Amino acid sequence: MPGTLVLATTKDGRLTRDTLELLAGASRLKEKLAQPVAAAILGTGVGPYVPLLFAHGADQVYRAEHPLLEGYQGDAYVVAIHQICERAQPTVVLLPGDVMGRELGPRLAYRLQAAFVGEFIDFDLDQASGRLQFTRQAYGGKAIAVVQPHVNSVVATAKLRTLEPAAQEEGRTGEEIRIDVALEASQLKTHLIKRVREEATGINLGDAKIVVSGGRGIHGPEGFKLLEDLARVLKGAVGASRAATDAGWVPSSWQIGQTGRNVSPDLYLAFGISGATQHVAGISGSKCIVAVNTDPAAPIFKVAQLGIVEDWKAVATTLIERCRELTGK
Amino acid sequence: MPLNIVVCIKQIIDPETPMSQFAIDPRTKRQAPGNNPLVISPYDANALEVAIQLKEKQGAKVTAISVGGATTTTALRSALSMGADEAILVNDPFLAGSDQRGIAHALAKTICKAGAYDLILTGCESGDWADRAVPAFLAEELEIGYVGYVTRIEVRDGQVIVRRVVEDGYELIEAKIPFLAAISSDETNTARYAKLRDIMTAAKKMIPVWKAADLGLDPERIGLGAARAAITDVYIPVKESKCEMIEGNTPEEKAATLAAKLRELKLI
Ligand SMILES: Cc1cc2nc3c(=O)[nH]c(=O)nc-3n(C[C@H](O)[C@H](O)[C@H](O)COP(=O)(O)OP(=O)(O)OC[C@H]3O[C@@H](n4cnc5c(N)ncnc54)[C@H](O)[C@@H]3O)c2cc1C
Ligand SMILES: Nc1ncnc2c1ncn2[C@@H]1O[C@H](COP(=O)(O)O)[C@@H](O)[C@H]1O
Repeated sequence: MPGTLVLATTKDGRLTRDTLELLAGASRLKEKLAQPVAAAILGTGVGPYVPLLFAHGADQVYRAEHPLLEGYQGDAYVVAIHQICERAQPTVVLLPGDVMGRELGPRLAYRLQAAFVGEFIDFDLDQASGRLQFTRQAYGGKAIAVVQPHVNSVVATAKLRTLEPAAQEEGRTGEEIRIDVALEASQLKTHLIKRVREEATGINLGDAKIVVSGGRGIHGPEGFKLLEDLARVLKGAVGASRAATDAGWVPSSWQIGQTGRNVSPDLYLAFGISGATQHVAGISGSKCIVAVNTDPAAPIFKVAQLGIVEDWKAVATTLIERCRELTGK
Repeated sequence: MPLNIVVCIKQIIDPETPMSQFAIDPRTKRQAPGNNPLVISPYDANALEVAIQLKEKQGAKVTAISVGGATTTTALRSALSMGADEAILVNDPFLAGSDQRGIAHALAKTICKAGAYDLILTGCESGDWADRAVPAFLAEELEIGYVGYVTRIEVRDGQVIVRRVVEDGYELIEAKIPFLAAISSDETNTARYAKLRDIMTAAKKMIPVWKAADLGLDPERIGLGAARAAITDVYIPVKESKCEMIEGNTPEEKAATLAAKLRELKLI
């Protein structure tokens, strides 16, 4: 049956927020296109997630269990999701705009001969033609582009932290479809040797309520230790601009922005970050942006709600003290 | 046997030009070039750097290729002056308006015509459109292994070990040659500046220009007519936000005011 298919992912025993965002997008598409929402879940022992997917808006769940699908591996995932698509015949496939989805999306589009739309921020039906169209950022966030697929099969990645996550509806059920994926180890062209975690405060940037972030204005790796202290006091995560990650001051996985992570905390504290559009592209979902920068003309003040024109260090040091007092730690 | 490395580079208008210099041409619905410089798309320059470091370390032939207009020769010449051994430009009006699949098709055919290859490197995203699609399409078309967001590569006994940035850290991944990696930046792969002497040598090198017909491109896959999606509009969004500047006599005073304000807003 034609419909929208969402690739679900899980973390620490839960559906990821990314998945809930995609399901929210798929539910909106259901209203516009009057077509059901399907979700695909891959892995081993993923049965418990099926009712959760129904509760968050899926009408059908395609469940593919296979030992080679435990953990993301591109060659295995693309085969599995392709086989699910052959069965489900979706008109729209939605993937998260993370490292996995960005890699998988175009590969799947190639195999399905579908149109590919990268990192949409919104979609609607074109008033004139009635066709589905997507909006996405272009030119490093300086412009918005409208993309209209010509064909009736589309694979799209969603820019994360743009859609509100789908709410849970108790008692909602659907149809579960088991897929026996034909997959062999010899089909895998790459093998994971090692995985290293680099989260300073143990809090994931994408889920953090508070993000403390530093840029070139921090002037070295030592300064980031202070930002880590602040993040710890605030129970937040630490992030960085590309200038800081490219300098090797902090790990690349801390990069926030167009190439890096999208974050939407309640509070984003930007220290020594100029506010280039490619950086701002990753923080636009934040509720409150605070900028601390020595240059009153820095573009970050155009997107911030609160600003301080000062050296970052003195401000961060006092903030740590004050926040300790205020939060009683 | 030295490695054969192909680096795919795209020439774009400098993506770090400030907003004040940025405009959309209402007729073409694309960025108006203005007086902004043309550059190698930033992550492609990181990819070139990775290739040249491999060449320096263990010997390799590095070929830079690009699908683009006549001006793209300049980008390819910078690649040569950075240390690439050869460069090929694919320039054909039939390719105008191609989608990522069309570009990948042209790149795949170019790579096969150019000879044996072990490693193909691209940027992880282009600086103008950031579709993040060409590398994946290219790997699919060539049916070779592919990983994105790679910052470092080691090659040992016909095996590649790549370091790939992921959401919460990094991974080391092993792959067989031939292999395609889309490169992201870190402190080890910042693109070098070319030396004057190398710029002079590069200026004398021939850059062949290949056409769709030379490559036997499938007309069903290239050009505007083959694109599976159309970009129907491009505009600059209107953003309005007002920033409240926190005043005070010292940084400490301002910080204290900020803390109080954030508390009041229940943000901390
Ligand atoms: C294709 C592409 C993708 C990109 N992706 C990303 C991305 O994902 N994320 C990202 O961040 N960038 C990205 N960029 C890079 C982006 O364009 C900017 O170059 C980068 O964000 C700049 O980082 P910055 O603000 O730290 O440095 P700068 O622009 O150099 O700004 C440093 C700021 O620090 C201030 N400062 C200096 N000293 C102090 C002090 N003592 N106290 C307080 N302030 C001080 C300065 O006034 C200045 O405003 C991308 C670029 C391209 C082309
Ligand atoms: N016209 C082109 N010529 C050569 N390489 C390209 C071209 N377009 C894209 N690429 C490569 O594909 C990468 C990703 O581009 P994109 O899919 O547009 O984000 C770029 O960083 C380049 O390495």
